[in-house]
Amino acid sequence: MSLDRRQFLAWGAGAAAALAPGLRLIELAQARSPEEAASALQRWGLLIDITKCTDCDVCVTACHEENGVSGHGRPETDAQWIRKVSLRDKRTGYAQTLPLMCQHCEHPPCVDVCPTGASFRRDDGIVLVDKHTCIGCRYCVMACPYAARSFVHEAVSGQKADVPRGKGTVESCTLCVHRVDRGETPACVEACNRDGGKAMAFGDLNDSSAEIHRRLKSEPSSQVRADLALNTGVRYQGL
Amino acid sequence: MMRFAAAVLAVVLGLAGFADAQDRRASRVALPAIKIEKGEACVAPTGEMRRDHMTLLLRQRDRTMREGLREPRFSLKNCVDCHASRETGSVLGQDGFCSSCHAYASVSMDCFECHTPLRQGATAGAPK
Repeated sequence: MSLDRRQFLAWGAGAAAALAPGLRLIELAQARSPEEAASALQRWGLLIDITKCTDCDVCVTACHEENGVSGHGRPETDAQWIRKVSLRDKRTGYAQTLPLMCQHCEHPPCVDVCPTGASFRRDDGIVLVDKHTCIGCRYCVMACPYAARSFVHEAVSGQKADVPRGKGTVESCTLCVHRVDRGETPACVEACNRDGGKAMAFGDLNDSSAEIHRRLKSEPSSQVRADLALNTGVRYQGL
Repeated sequence: MMRFAAAVLAVVLGLAGFADAQDRRASRVALPAIKIEKGEACVAPTGEMRRDHMTLLLRQRDRTMREGLREPRFSLKNCVDCHASRETGSVLGQDGFCSSCHAYASVSMDCFECHTPLRQGATAGAPK
């Protein structure tokens, strides 16, 4: 029996229509169990509405508290996982402030340059440093266009159980991966929504039922240095 | 008959002497302090844990780090929670579960340069 192209397509359309609406061939994101690996079906991301971002720094405080990031009073070399950046239009004087952290790129330059494979992107889009294999060369610190990575210069004590940190390795925002794996939101988002300007939202960019997905689809948003085509997981509104 | 009895006596005495020598040797050799603070049984038989704990931890390390699998069985955090000392709340220190044995075996251990050696939860760091 010979099939022409038109007939084949008609059959295909019929077969597709036979699948009930809402029935997916591949199931989408749900909370993972500890025995389930991170999957590429999900892509975690943040949406930060700068118009709501106030002068506070609760996100920074919450992040450093959650991850046990403490400095030695030496801002030049102390680790910094998230920081507030102030922007001011020189001509009009219009000032804005925004939190900046690892942007969890789809094509992360830090991963490209890492000589040991320590800097890597997990299947669900979270960019991490495997400190077991990090040799502290700091190529990634140089490569990151967002200056999001820090080097730990001094011996660390009093680490949090879920967030190991040590001298001689590079670190950055992990999107609170230990919380995300438990089904919680990152500490900065939680703090911003509790004590701050409610400017931050966290969710699965691939999940069409997630609020972040809906807002990204229906409202304007932008990436920092979109010209680099890194497809960041952290998006901004009002920039 | 006498010859046979003498032979048996020699064997028995020899064995006893051998066992005695072993006992004496054992008492002369310093042994690591292995104090187990919590629970009846470990996640695997003692022999297996003694031989293979490093491999098990290494494998779990990569699974957790790379794949996001946080299975509790061989998690370092759970090791510490059971084995940390009641006095110090830590697996390090003079009689610490990890450090005493590694000092005995002269094996350096890097885990706790980054990971916390302290038991977590309400009892973290507090003597019980």
